[in-house]
Amino acid sequence: MAEPALPILDMRAVSKTYAAGGRTTEALREANLAVARGAFVCLLGASGCGKSTLLRVAAGFEAPSSGEALMWGKPIAGPGPSRGMVFQDYGLFPWLTVRDNIGFGPKARGRPAAEVRDIAERYIALVGLQAFADAYPHQLSGGMKQRVAIARVLANEAEVVLMDEPFGALDAMTRERLQDELLDLWSRTGLTILFVTHAIEEAIFLADRIVMMSPGPGRIEAVHEVDLPRRRDVSSPAFNDLRRMLAAQLHSHHAPRAAA
Amino acid sequence: MSSGIETGSLPAAAPAAPARRADGAGLGLARLRRLALACVVPAVLLAVWQLATAGRSYSLIPPPAEVWAELRDLAVGGVNDDAFSGTLWTHLAASLGRVYGGFALAAAAALPLGLLIGRVPLIRALLDPVLQILRPVPVTAWLPLAMILFGLGPRSAFFLVFLGAFYPILVNTVFGVRSVEPRLFEAAAMLGCTGPAQFVRVVLPASLPSIFTGLRLGLGFAWVVIVVGEMTGVQTGLGAIIMEARQLSRTEIVICGMAVIGVAGFISDWLVMLLGRRLLAWSPTHG
Repeated sequence: MAEPALPILDMRAVSKTYAAGGRTTEALREANLAVARGAFVCLLGASGCGKSTLLRVAAGFEAPSSGEALMWGKPIAGPGPSRGMVFQDYGLFPWLTVRDNIGFGPKARGRPAAEVRDIAERYIALVGLQAFADAYPHQLSGGMKQRVAIARVLANEAEVVLMDEPFGALDAMTRERLQDELLDLWSRTGLTILFVTHAIEEAIFLADRIVMMSPGPGRIEAVHEVDLPRRRDVSSPAFNDLRRMLAAQLHSHHAPRAAA
Repeated sequence: MSSGIETGSLPAAAPAAPARRADGAGLGLARLRRLALACVVPAVLLAVWQLATAGRSYSLIPPPAEVWAELRDLAVGGVNDDAFSGTLWTHLAASLGRVYGGFALAAAAALPLGLLIGRVPLIRALLDPVLQILRPVPVTAWLPLAMILFGLGPRSAFFLVFLGAFYPILVNTVFGVRSVEPRLFEAAAMLGCTGPAQFVRVVLPASLPSIFTGLRLGLGFAWVVIVVGEMTGVQTGLGAIIMEARQLSRTEIVICGMAVIGVAGFISDWLVMLLGRRLLAWSPTHG
């Protein structure tokens, strides 16, 4: 690691404008963000700050209006297995069992059936859903669905996991549990995670680096490295200081929105 | 169904599926109750029919007992021994053949067409207007044209059944395809399933509940249309026997024909539903 390593994700002056009904909306203005391999980065901001747009550009669902989105130095041309996405609303295939949802990626990429089955079993075990391998998504709770969504992405050998407020629809207890499980997975696998949230505490608990974004137009406001020791104690003074500082910064962004 | 087992340690919690067959005894009782309730209205109707028609010297509508006797004669003969005796199965088989033949043809045409119209904008622009204009034309209005195009006989009946089943299947397939959650295409794409492969892995399974509704409706319409279809100078079929009996003022046979169509239609719908329940076990609204 002597020379500066090539970032796994590199957003260079990425802007995104949408045209709808004769009006153009600037969702994201000149965002620069380099994510190193193995990092856990949180995009934090209020709604309309462009954090989901930036994530969708990284996923390849949206092409930047200007600027460049690179992975390992090459332009991102569209969605692909190397960048797995975990949606807030899960996006599981309701007609497939847990096993087949997790095996969907390898199967779609033409792996032999026996191998697909092995991979599925391995990742079912990784997220602790052995007893539910043959259940359909509608039979699962929200937390279980999100475990399936995470396993599905990992089973497909994603190098980067993009998470769009993945725990936003879950109750507090489940959310905390999944945050712990995610950190555990991350430390064991060396994944790179780009995680969108509007919850300050969640960002501090999870991230190495918090990217603060602000609305009108969406842009990156500030970047904070978080060097609190893990597992982080949410009631420690250091945690609280950081929370207070980020909250103050976040709230100062609210005013200019009305002008648009 | 399973909100309670959220935060506990996972492997200890039981899967949610077996809840359905948890209490067999209660289920049996519930089924019996449902059966009893279903019989109430038919029993009342039968009683009214009996009271209104029995014992009158001159009634245009025969009493239930007379219809029942005729039905037995139609099925196995030995009561009247006329031209109609024992012919029921021939007619039923002819109608079944046309209903399922026309229905199968309609499904074979409407399913791929519906998938394409729902998913490919060019094909939608090309075909949708034509189909929308043809759709309100009642099947009965096609009868004269069908007779010119296909001649008097079974082929016209077949065509009308086809037409009757075609639109419900098509419309529901298009609807199903159009209402696939966009999120699922994104999920498939980021997992490496793109382009035409999405047809098989996403579009078709996701729209299956809607397609199934279409198939059920289509089969129902096929039974509705069969009488009209068999008015076009065919010799056999439940529609044909009804028309012939009407001309001979054999109202009891007309009623028999109606009853057989009702029962046959009901059974065939039930079979489709069983199949649907198997295929759509994953869907909370069908399974």
